[in-house]
Amino acid sequence: MSGPSTYQPRNSVIAWIERRLPIFGLIHSSFIAYPTPRNLNYWWTFGGILSFMLAVQIVTGVILAMHYTPEATMAFNSVENIVRDVNYGWLLRNLHACGASMFFVAVYVHMFRGLYYGSYKEPREVLWILGVIIYLLMMATGFMGYVLPWGQMSFWGATVITNLFSAIPYFGESIVTLLWGGYSVGNPTLNRFFSLHYLLPFVIAGVVVLHVWALHVAGQNNPAGVEPKTEKDTVPFTPYATIKDSFGMACFIIFYFWFVFYMPNYLGDADNYIPANPGVTPAHIVPEWYYLPFYAMLRSIPNKLGGVVVMFSAILILAFLPWLDSAKTKSSRYRPLAKQFFWIFVVVCILLGWLGGKPPEGIYVIAGRILTFCYFAYFLIVLPILSRIEKPRPVPNSIADDVLAKTGSSRTPMVSTVIVLAVAGSLFAGATGTARAEDHQENPPSQKWSFAGPVGTYDRGALQRGYKVYKEVCSTCHSMNLMYFRNLADPGGPGFSTAQASAVASDYKVKDGPNDAGEMFERPGRLADRFPAPFPNDNAARAANGGALPPDLSLIAKARSYPRGFPQFIFDFFTQFQEQGPNYIDALLQGYVDPPKDFKLPEGSYYNKYFPGHAIKMPKPLSDDQVSYDDGSPQKLDQYARDVATFLMWTAEPHMEARKRLGLQVMVFMIIFALLLYFTKKKVWADAH
Amino acid sequence: MHAGQPRAGLRSSGKGANRTILDCVFPLFWPGQAVILPPRGAAGAGSLSGPFAFALPGAVPPAADEKGLGIVTTATSADHPTRRDFLFVATGAAAVVGGALSVWPLVSQMNPDASTIAAGAPIEVDLTPIAEGQDIKVFWRGKPIYISHRTKKQIEEAQKVNVASLPDPQPDSARVKEGHDQWLVVIGICTHLGCIPIAHEGNYDGFFCPCHGSQYDSSGRIRQGPAPANLPVPPYAFLSDSKIKIG
Repeated sequence: MSGPSTYQPRNSVIAWIERRLPIFGLIHSSFIAYPTPRNLNYWWTFGGILSFMLAVQIVTGVILAMHYTPEATMAFNSVENIVRDVNYGWLLRNLHACGASMFFVAVYVHMFRGLYYGSYKEPREVLWILGVIIYLLMMATGFMGYVLPWGQMSFWGATVITNLFSAIPYFGESIVTLLWGGYSVGNPTLNRFFSLHYLLPFVIAGVVVLHVWALHVAGQNNPAGVEPKTEKDTVPFTPYATIKDSFGMACFIIFYFWFVFYMPNYLGDADNYIPANPGVTPAHIVPEWYYLPFYAMLRSIPNKLGGVVVMFSAILILAFLPWLDSAKTKSSRYRPLAKQFFWIFVVVCILLGWLGGKPPEGIYVIAGRILTFCYFAYFLIVLPILSRIEKPRPVPNSIADDVLAKTGSSRTPMVSTVIVLAVAGSLFAGATGTARAEDHQENPPSQKWSFAGPVGTYDRGALQRGYKVYKEVCSTCHSMNLMYFRNLADPGGPGFSTAQASAVASDYKVKDGPNDAGEMFERPGRLADRFPAPFPNDNAARAANGGALPPDLSLIAKARSYPRGFPQFIFDFFTQFQEQGPNYIDALLQGYVDPPKDFKLPEGSYYNKYFPGHAIKMPKPLSDDQVSYDDGSPQKLDQYARDVATFLMWTAEPHMEARKRLGLQVMVFMIIFALLLYFTKKKVWADAH
Repeated sequence: MHAGQPRAGLRSSGKGANRTILDCVFPLFWPGQAVILPPRGAAGAGSLSGPFAFALPGAVPPAADEKGLGIVTTATSADHPTRRDFLFVATGAAAVVGGALSVWPLVSQMNPDASTIAAGAPIEVDLTPIAEGQDIKVFWRGKPIYISHRTKKQIEEAQKVNVASLPDPQPDSARVKEGHDQWLVVIGICTHLGCIPIAHEGNYDGFFCPCHGSQYDSSGRIRQGPAPANLPVPPYAFLSDSKIKIG
């Protein structure tokens, strides 16, 4: 990308094209002959990983858009339709949703790497600023993408973030109205966010081209921070960098797929499985983990405009970094003080992220202010002063010298960074949960579920019994709108035959019409029909249930969660624990006890140990011997609760078995592939080290 | 692929310096020193030093250029030639297989989803309201199905035709159910380019397609115009004399 190539094609067809459009020469000089410093470490593979993630997001995103409906009343269900009915829809959706998080994981590693090794310094200032622009675009894209499922967090996230702009003096309100396309966040907002969410990734791709162009003009920085001088300092991009990047990428993909196949909801928020409700704000609004540090800064400033200014400045200040840090030595490896401050800065960012997930009260506000000060101090005070007073250690004469003199010291930052980042990731992930820990609520006991773990499957008997309990008890008040009769016969479900499922369907009366006379009529249900709701609309359901709306049960097992607390949520990542929903349902159904003496129970409510706030409108729904089982299972409350919880986990995720089965196959393949790449990489690099 | 000159001078003192856990786990793989390839493609050396910010490091043999990664299958080395070749081929093959398999879900998602398939289940149609000489249009799987209650004249015309003279020869008996000659059930989509023909129009007492002038007779057979085939008969069966099940 740095000028006319001297590439000489030997194939005559390629030569013919090359004379007219030198595209092969461009590819050759950019991705094959391009000289890369020979001392690059694995932190440099994240550029390639980011390109890969952008491609994944665009491909899966374009596909999801084929099935998604950007309309306020249909968006939520269309996402569920993708996950439930589209072939491999669950996979594509997980790839896209987890992919967003992985994109940010990679970009943060990439940015901290640039920070540590001084990759923003002369002559790479424009390269760095383009990176900051990409990061800003990514944040906008990620935010708008999160709005699209139109769950509670989507809706309220959109409300809070768009309201940031109302802080702007004079024009604020007009800008917000412009963003909304209405008097509040609504269907027009969703539509334009969808349009922009589709557009921005291509803008990102365009800026990435500029970023790579600038990179190929200036050349890559390297851990030593000295520019290549002779041929001995570099190796050609292919095969050396390609194979190393491929190996790094394969390892990253394994990490990525751990989420996709085993913990797709670990980084998400359970509230987003509740459809958007403009009348009720979730108790704790928390953005996605990758915005948490900036969210913490926003909240730590007591002034509305001030908070917004501080938050945006925190990102924009990065663009000025090349001039704030004027030290001649690039790599922090040779800057003893800068190195220490760098790690302090990393910790500050992590702590800010952790605070972003905490409720904005008491000590958290004060800590937020101190850390916000530290964040800005690093850029505005520490770096400018350090670049004047610090005495750097001597840098190697050349990259070749650096490679020869390689000692254990260069590995130390890598190891410690891995540890710090692992803790950071866990803290972020757990931050959402910890925000709720303030309720002093007893957590439901953890049950053993057959569907837990990497190879878990549903217990067919429990699903069938659970369905019976649902049908005889729950369904009198609770709808199950996302489930169809045909689902009963789906593979990985309760194992009904198609005939049995048809028989179940025909027991129900389904409203259809209008007929030729223009009248609605009732007919027996068919496999293609949804389970009919017990009430014609929400208001009727409320009126019949003392003012409280019995929630739809299709997704309840994914829409309910509870905090696991530190350090439990770190272990959860490794044990793949994600059964909060079934645990909660199981506990709630058995949680009806006498209220404590000092508890004031409102009229028409019942005391439940595990319900948030304890006053639940639903009377104790199940008791021993209420539903008769024909397979000899004990007709006890705990058995009923367990069976219903299993059944509702299945209704929330009908393809869980397929997900885990495919996950195992893909993981085995990826591990073998990564090993092959590792050994190939070793062979290729054998004569270059 | 490989640099023009072996860079033995740049190697660190011994293998031990670069040892990783994987080396210990797989001691059987390449137990000895790493292989230094003999120089290849010397002609390419230095020929690429173009307008780069800094000099190119060495040669990329042209033979390897066009093969992307440049899987060197012909190279020989001192100690383990076949083992290294096997490694490169295996890695490349795994990449190709993995890439190909990952395309599967991306294509498969374009097929009809489960709700569409379920909605395409058979439908039942009551024939009692359809008087002789009338027809109705019902939709099945998004396609219009014409159900015609044919008159005696229409039936006779349809049966009388010299089948061999038709563009798409098919006797009327093959297009209706035995004993139900009066009922013609066809998918009302012109076999030319998919327009909907109009019933009771054209010269053959059947269907006329307004798009490009194809004409079908009272058995739905193509008689005139650009359409190549008869209107298809959907799968259906009589549940009773007055009720059919399409699909």
